[in-house]
Amino acid sequence: MAIQSYQKPDDKGYYGKFGGAYIPEMLHRNVEELVSKYMDIIYSASFQKEYNNLLKDYVGRPSPLFLAERLSKQFNTTIYLKREDLNHTGAHKINNAIGQVLLAQRLGKKRIIAETGAGQHGVATATVCALMGLECIVYMGAVDIERQAPNVARMKMLGAKVIAATSGSQTLKDATNEAIRDWINNPTDTHYVIGSVVGPHPYPDMVARFQSIISEEIRWQLKEKTGSELPTHVIACVGGGSNAAGAFYHFLDEPSVKLVAVEAAGLGVDSGMSAATTKLGSIGVLHGSKSIVMQTEDGQVVEPHSISAGLDYPGIGPLHAHLFDSGRGIFLSATDEESVQAAFNLTKQEGIIPALESSHALAGLHQLNLTDKDVVVLCLSGRGDKDMSTYMKYVDAE
Amino acid sequence: MSRIQEIFKHKNSNVLNVYCTAGFPKLDSTLEVMRALQDNGADLIELGMPYSDPLADGPVIQASGSIALKNGMTIANLFKQLKDFRKEINVPVILMGYMNPVLQYGFERFCADAAAVGVDGLILPDLPQYEFETEYGDIIKKYGLDFIFLVTPETSEERVRQIDELSSGFLYAVSSSSTTGNEKDFGLVEKYLQRLQNLKLKNPVLVGFGIKDKQTFASAAKHANGAIIGSAYIKALNENSNVKVATKEFLHAVLG
Ligand SMILES: Cc1ncc(COP(=O)(O)O)c(C=O)c1O
Repeated sequence: MAIQSYQKPDDKGYYGKFGGAYIPEMLHRNVEELVSKYMDIIYSASFQKEYNNLLKDYVGRPSPLFLAERLSKQFNTTIYLKREDLNHTGAHKINNAIGQVLLAQRLGKKRIIAETGAGQHGVATATVCALMGLECIVYMGAVDIERQAPNVARMKMLGAKVIAATSGSQTLKDATNEAIRDWINNPTDTHYVIGSVVGPHPYPDMVARFQSIISEEIRWQLKEKTGSELPTHVIACVGGGSNAAGAFYHFLDEPSVKLVAVEAAGLGVDSGMSAATTKLGSIGVLHGSKSIVMQTEDGQVVEPHSISAGLDYPGIGPLHAHLFDSGRGIFLSATDEESVQAAFNLTKQEGIIPALESSHALAGLHQLNLTDKDVVVLCLSGRGDKDMSTYMKYVDAE
Repeated sequence: MSRIQEIFKHKNSNVLNVYCTAGFPKLDSTLEVMRALQDNGADLIELGMPYSDPLADGPVIQASGSIALKNGMTIANLFKQLKDFRKEINVPVILMGYMNPVLQYGFERFCADAAAVGVDGLILPDLPQYEFETEYGDIIKKYGLDFIFLVTPETSEERVRQIDELSSGFLYAVSSSSTTGNEKDFGLVEKYLQRLQNLKLKNPVLVGFGIKDKQTFASAAKHANGAIIGSAYIKALNENSNVKVATKEFLHAVLG
């Protein structure tokens, strides 16, 4: 059998044993339409032209690759930050939102729905909908509405309708359930813009492709700066896994590059208040794909915990499940406390306030025995504006 | 011939399938509810296994599932409750649920235990056709269980025919492309059912979703072999904690 690329799922959407499209019949036609059209549409010349123009002039790409000198010195190594935090709307999520909304337009869809955790994907989707003049509905867990108030305000100002998900843990998982139900109830005019590399095939592949611009740029930027396209490590946080998928994508089939994913340990992996899916989960089906899922013995999905709303999710995308299962990826986890410390440290050392999600990747640096020979690229997936109230609690406590 | 096929052999119109949630309203209401359904004219029982993330269900059924989970309902518990149910219940029983809890229990173990207690068929809305054909269908058949697929107004004729081939027992026609409990224009539903009827499928067709009373049952049953009632019955149980009385009044209103 030919050696398969880690990049591409098979034609049924499987990465190894993970993926597929475990959806009720009510979603079949919409999902099938995507499967049969997404590749042709996104690689058409007109799509590519519009997408790339928007990434350049609207998002501000390429995002810089910044040599963090003082941070590097702390770790006795070389650390570059991929500055997705400098994108318009403040995170990597916009790369995917633009791609999917352009796709939705070409499918003739008039109504856009999305789920959001930290609110970054909701803001990105609402932004693109404002730009294109499309109706936008964002589902958000009631708990997240509370802890990410600035993003809720932004979505509303952008003209999106924010609907609170009040079932279950009232976070990202439940917002996703509500968005899927909306799609079931609106089978013809609606496109569901999933915000991470999760969901039924072809979403994980499609979102990874839209985010792969991150590693495409890293390769040439690193070559410019160091003479080599390949770092020794790429490190990113993983909620569903879209910034990590984008940062890893063009290195997946480069075995010399270590791919490091950092999950949210919450109060500690064994505390019962954690979102470290690969540490605590087992094989299961969630939101339309087979992957690793945090669940009880009886197969009920558990309510995760992370200080970071964007990582507060009891699953990971099937690509990451496969990277974990096959050993291609290194999976670490960082606690709430370690991540907040890492955020303050980056702010002090480099004058960059990171998103709480990205702070988990920063905290992961401590767990790698880095040397002066290593060249690390860390995906700084977002900026910390939305997390200021959480950070201020720590300032006040000191 | 399976117990489900038996039913349709003797009765090919106005077949009534009623959905209930295992472990609701109380953990050990399961059998009491099933008895009440049988005693008051249900031809089949669809027994829902509660799940934390029931994507294909509406809010009423999800809420009943949440209560059942809080009550301590699990698949293992359910099979304990069902151990001797065939001594008193002879209508066909179909387990409805989602893939994740079933996978966690062990797919084959699940089918074996279901068949052993006397369950007749399965509805797993998030088990797709491809995985059914390549992995799970043979296991289901090995234990003699019927497997019921869903079809919707958006399902193409070609696909309806494929699904009809794979299904046994009956086809579950979703009456509008909606999560259960939604109310939609019944005129459109009738047109859709007529279309299905004209396909002359191998399996009987039961209409689900949105059936709530005598009138909606009658119009659904006009162009199909019968109908499935879910949310409306759960609502009746919510409104009256006396299972016997609530079931009797509800089914008499539908069938009377
Ligand atoms: C800044 C930021 N980073 C990371 C994530 C986690 O998502 P993913 O794992 O898909 O990159 C989020 C999600 O909201 C986010 O806002």
